[in-house]
Amino acid sequence: MSSHASLFALGPALYLAATGLLVLVLDSVGRTTRLPFALGSAVFGVAAVGAAAVAAFTGGTLLGLGVGAHAFAAMNAFLVAFLVYLVDPSGSNRLLVASVAVAGAVFSLGNAAYYLAYFGTTSDAQAALLFGDQLVVDQMSLLFMAIAASVTALVALASYDYLEGHAYQAEYYALVLLAATGMSLMAAANSLATVFVAMELASLPSFALVAFLKKNRGSVEAGLKYFLIGALSSSFFAYGISLVYATTGSLQLEAVASALSGGTEFVGMLGIGMLMLVGGFAYKTASVPFHFWAPEAYEGAPAPISAFISSASKAAGFVIAFRVFTVAFTPAGLFASLGIDWVLVFQILAVVTMTLGNFAAATQENVKRMLAYSSIGHAGYVLIGLASLGGVASQGDTVLGASMMHLFVYGFMNTGAFLFIALVEYWGVGRTFEDYAGLGRKAPVACAAMTVFLFSLAGLPVGAGFLSKYVLFFGAVSAGFWWLAAVGAINSALSLYYYTRVVKAMWVEEPNGELELQGRPTGLYAAVVAAAVVTVLLLPGFFPIAETAIEAANAVLPNAGDTTTAFFG
Amino acid sequence: MIDGTIEALLAVTLVASFAVLVSPDRYAAKLATALSLLPLAGSLVMWSGFEPAGNALVDGESAIGYMSQVEWFDLGGITLQWFVGVDGVAMPLVVLTTVLTTLALVSAWTPISERQSQFYGLVLFLEASLLGVFTALDFFVWFVFWEAVLVPMYLLIGVWGGPRRKYAAIKMFVYTNVASLVLFIGFVALVFGLGDSVATFGLPEITQALRDGVAPDGLPGVGAESLKLFAFLAMFVGFAVKVPVVPVHTWLPDAHVEAPTPVSVLLAGVLLKMGTYALLRFNFTMLPDIATDLAVPIAVFAVVSVIYGAMLALAQTDLKRIVAYSSVSSMGYVILGLVAYTTIGVSGATFQMISHGLISGLMFMAVGVIYNVTHTRMVSDMSGMADRMPVTVGIFVAGAFGYMGLPLMSGFAAEFFVFVGSFQSTVLPSAPVFTGAAMFGIVIVAGYLLLAMQKTLFGEFRLDTDYEVGRAAFHDVAPLFVLLLLVIALGVFPDLFMEMIETAIEPVASIGGGA
Repeated sequence: MSSHASLFALGPALYLAATGLLVLVLDSVGRTTRLPFALGSAVFGVAAVGAAAVAAFTGGTLLGLGVGAHAFAAMNAFLVAFLVYLVDPSGSNRLLVASVAVAGAVFSLGNAAYYLAYFGTTSDAQAALLFGDQLVVDQMSLLFMAIAASVTALVALASYDYLEGHAYQAEYYALVLLAATGMSLMAAANSLATVFVAMELASLPSFALVAFLKKNRGSVEAGLKYFLIGALSSSFFAYGISLVYATTGSLQLEAVASALSGGTEFVGMLGIGMLMLVGGFAYKTASVPFHFWAPEAYEGAPAPISAFISSASKAAGFVIAFRVFTVAFTPAGLFASLGIDWVLVFQILAVVTMTLGNFAAATQENVKRMLAYSSIGHAGYVLIGLASLGGVASQGDTVLGASMMHLFVYGFMNTGAFLFIALVEYWGVGRTFEDYAGLGRKAPVACAAMTVFLFSLAGLPVGAGFLSKYVLFFGAVSAGFWWLAAVGAINSALSLYYYTRVVKAMWVEEPNGELELQGRPTGLYAAVVAAAVVTVLLLPGFFPIAETAIEAANAVLPNAGDTTTAFFG
Repeated sequence: MIDGTIEALLAVTLVASFAVLVSPDRYAAKLATALSLLPLAGSLVMWSGFEPAGNALVDGESAIGYMSQVEWFDLGGITLQWFVGVDGVAMPLVVLTTVLTTLALVSAWTPISERQSQFYGLVLFLEASLLGVFTALDFFVWFVFWEAVLVPMYLLIGVWGGPRRKYAAIKMFVYTNVASLVLFIGFVALVFGLGDSVATFGLPEITQALRDGVAPDGLPGVGAESLKLFAFLAMFVGFAVKVPVVPVHTWLPDAHVEAPTPVSVLLAGVLLKMGTYALLRFNFTMLPDIATDLAVPIAVFAVVSVIYGAMLALAQTDLKRIVAYSSVSSMGYVILGLVAYTTIGVSGATFQMISHGLISGLMFMAVGVIYNVTHTRMVSDMSGMADRMPVTVGIFVAGAFGYMGLPLMSGFAAEFFVFVGSFQSTVLPSAPVFTGAAMFGIVIVAGYLLLAMQKTLFGEFRLDTDYEVGRAAFHDVAPLFVLLLLVIALGVFPDLFMEMIETAIEPVASIGGGA
């Protein structure tokens, strides 16, 4: 790995951070000063074009590409601000703030996609290492940055309607964007120190967001639970880091790996440290044994935030687990030299997590809570990626890549499902299955989208969830863990039961009494429909995601060898 | 290579489905019926221009009409592809699907009054999925369509069905979906077992690899023979639920009784054929050695389905349940024909799929027409209906005779082929015994149909509901009449389909060791 040690490589994360700050600034400038501000934005945007032109001449390196892309995107962002001003010069800041948040997330996504395309088309593309190897931008980072950004865009779009009449909206968007920044940095973190900092950066805004509806007891209680368990798991995690540091004398992941390659006498200390790290990941990804906050937090939080945390935050937790355990604690090497079989831990956690999540989901009466448990179940499926790494080494990239694919698809289908809940909450319809009765007659488009999400989550071939699950189970089988795939398949079949209950309620049941839906919130509708369209389109268009994910997995798995070519013939 | 014909057929049907979904309720019925004429005409054009040349799976490319094959993407060393085409087995089923869909749409005009655009749109979506199932030649494409059938079916029963519709819909959904999972695992395990010898999920390629004697040993720790046996059993269970074979048939009567008439027509007429079609394609074409090894137990299942289904029908008091159980019985003949592995037997089984599709469609529609005017289906509630509805009852009686196998009706031709084929079977030990036992089923069929007709249709007019019996509308009777004509046409000229079926079946029978 060599580095074009440029901050621009972190573009997707910087975008989110900058947009978060921009949102706050926009909100603080009063209405009277908006015209000069907007004009200033336009001028700045034009200036950015100049920068882009300059950058075009430096092209060829990731640095040059980065400057060009950012300048172009920055120009667009400021033009959006200006346009929103033109559309609504005397209106509230709501629209402006929301549009800027969405635009920022979309640019972050575009930037990540652009770099991914660069990696995909350039044969000698290399990961960018920053700040003394504390951060790394490779395909896996970019893929997860793309997940964080797309979820953020959908959530911000949906929040415009959901937040109608609430105070502190700019703060809300800023917190979402800053949490997303943390998640993007988690994707890039390459040392236990940056891992911890990025995790806290993602967590702290999330606590506030879960408790955002501060007059709602459920929301506040959820926030408190989320915070307390978060604090507990953070302390576990920090203690785990200290034990690993004590054993290896290093925090940087490759350095940890090389320190361990010669063996260590403190095997027990290292093992306990790693177990504590697992605890931290389990919290972030809502896996057993730190899963119990999730149903409360998802149920109590504003629904767009439930979507955000259950999709983006989960993915970010997983990318850290992927990187730390594959890079620092190389499975085969560690087991051979020290006898620490962490793969076994993940096998147990995967089976327990998916079974517990699915069985608990099947018994719920509240749709949002059902989705929360289903989210735990999906964490179990994704854990198969790590749990299968101890097997046939050359197949590790398939199964780990499959986990990434599943998280990517999940970012759309699960976000969409929670945003549909947000839509239902917006209408003031209740939360149980019975309350959903007859919704299909009143809102066929949204309910059709929800049907797509649910069937895709269940793994029926109406959405890309079918393919990602298929590759996941296939990967587990070819890595030699057919029993993991079998448990996954059985769970997947079971999950159809509770997903179908929602479909049944929406389309088949008669409404209880009069069901009046007030209004057609544009933002929420757009977000739900967009997520559904992407979920369906990813079915025929699955290949680029699969290819990127497997290459990304290949890059972090030293033992995977050169199977990428074999896999894609 | 893209031929475009089948793509156009599917696209037209799908577009029609979406157009109807968003159309206003007032126009939905007529619009859907009119639009369904497009795939109907398309399939007839395909049928008239089709040159049968063998079996799509066994003979490969040369035997496939209207073939399209393009690579989609690679996954785990296996290429997924868009691969569709028809042969002598698929072509008649495609025609059956389009014909029955149009007639079912017409039969829906009277009973369906709520949420019409959704109903008709879903029926057209169902048609598109069914066409996909019968034309797909790649496992992945096939499976996507196979599963897609479930969604509209679930909603059609669950929303527009009778009083216990929710239970019936969810039962159907759970039964068939668990079955799909089992068959998926079985088939995928088989393909992975084949390892590098197959590069795609294309059904012809997999069939070829298995025929070339490639032993599926790619899965560590599992022997080739046990993997093949496992795959065969998993797929057999998966398809048996769909057929359905006793003892996994219990979802069917519930689904039929609750489903509205047009949905029953499609369920009995086309959906059940998905199961037998898949059995023929997968179990009997790909794994003939296992199929012949297991000939006796399969034949036992077939005969039990025939006899037990007919006896259950005998015990019913609901006209629709009678027809529903008789489907279980009739599908037993298909399995018997398949397991015989003679050209005439397997072709007869395929012909029985078409024939039963038309006849059971006719019977369900006739029961539906009677129900529309009487609002009861209970045998004990009515008597002498012939007095008030002579035309409907006349067609009903004709259809029932078709069911019993009256010569010059398609039912006779189909059952005749099946029995001749299974009698001559060299693969099935003591074939005459099984054949004889199954033939006894015909007696029971005749018994319950005559009994039911005598009680309800003939004798003095009596009706224990407060409905006035009016005349059935012309558009209720017209599809019945069309179906009756088709049943007679196929009975008189079985070669309309039989010839192309035989060209496609001969290779299958010969690899199975039959004649």
